[in-house]
Amino acid sequence: MEHLLNLLIKAIFVENVIFAFFLGMCSFLAVSKKIKTAFGLGLAVIFVMLLTTPLNYLILTFLLKEGALAWIHPALAKVDLTFLAFILFISTIAGAVQVVEMVVEKFTPALYNSLGIFLPLITVNCSILGTSLFMQEREYNLVETAVFSLGSGIGFFLAIVLLAAVRERLRYANVPAPLQGLGLAMIITGLMGMAFLSFSGIQL
Amino acid sequence: MAVETAPAPVVEKKKEPLFSKKNIRTLRDPLDDNNPITVQVLGICSALAVTVQVKPALIMALGVIFVASFSNLIISLLRHSIPTRVRIIVQLIVIATLVTIVDQVLKAYMFDVSKKLSVFVGLIITNCIVMGRLEAFALGNKPWPSFLDGIGNGLGYGLILVVVAVFRELFGSGTLLGYQVVPQWAYDMGYVNNGLMMLPPAALFIIGLYIWAQRSWNKKLVNVS
Repeated sequence: MEHLLNLLIKAIFVENVIFAFFLGMCSFLAVSKKIKTAFGLGLAVIFVMLLTTPLNYLILTFLLKEGALAWIHPALAKVDLTFLAFILFISTIAGAVQVVEMVVEKFTPALYNSLGIFLPLITVNCSILGTSLFMQEREYNLVETAVFSLGSGIGFFLAIVLLAAVRERLRYANVPAPLQGLGLAMIITGLMGMAFLSFSGIQL
Repeated sequence: MAVETAPAPVVEKKKEPLFSKKNIRTLRDPLDDNNPITVQVLGICSALAVTVQVKPALIMALGVIFVASFSNLIISLLRHSIPTRVRIIVQLIVIATLVTIVDQVLKAYMFDVSKKLSVFVGLIITNCIVMGRLEAFALGNKPWPSFLDGIGNGLGYGLILVVVAVFRELFGSGTLLGYQVVPQWAYDMGYVNNGLMMLPPAALFIIGLYIWAQRSWNKKLVNVS
């Protein structure tokens, strides 16, 4: 139990997807102009991440790993399909996002209206695929995978809402014209990243 | 690959020379005026984490150039037969296949670099540059200009990557491509490597400052986003 809690805290703060790995920077910078939209995207990311990473884990364990196909026929025990991981992971994510979009539209139109535009964007959000790839590289088990993906999602949510809050305030600041917008957003992200670095001193 | 590249020049020759002014511009624009990272704000995701040293940055840039140019070419060849509704999936499959090739080649011939790049090779798939150029250019243009556009955007991406990596490696560990650049007597006199440069935020600062410099110099880019 304690081990899982550590993993969660580590994924949210110490190894934050944005500040430590720069995953999902594109939507992070593009959708952080208002707190409200940032909030919506953050929630959608948590949701999709929590859904797709365990799904990818199951695909990896039962279809791709060396020996994983033995349940079909003993002769297949030596087949190693891990080189197909990229294609299957991204297809799962694209498919899952599509399904989620349709389900949400059908059953909770209110939520769809607030998340609607962000859902398709999430397919190409690097943090989603990145979490799946980290899961593969670090060889988590199913429970760890679920906790890790939840933590990464919350980390993204936290980062994007924080940046949106800072940028809303900065709109009234007198910044040199060439630095406005993207340049400043980068530097603020860097400063926030330095603040998050202080979490790396925590003994877990 | 040879089968796919062959038809491209033939189609083009009828109308304009291979390196007409327009094609040169397609190739050159992404380096400065229309840089994928600093102007189009695409592909920052996987860009910054691989810039601690110059060598992985170069390899990563080569990988992106390869994937961007060939996916542009393939999608451009297929552009009349892809139904609009499923085009995202088709694009992702093409990109994922090319990235798998890059990943397998790296694992076979440059295992140490492949370990260093870890998940970031796979993340070329969701690199917005590749998808963005497919949507914005390859779907509406002929194969040869699309191919050039892919190379140009890959180069523009690589330029930023290498600039950031040079700064980070030079000031962070005093080396370039693994060779010692800062002389020993400097260390003896009290020069210390800047540890911050090795940490993730440094990449963001350098890119932020680069954007500032580029926009002060190139006035038409101010207020782009």
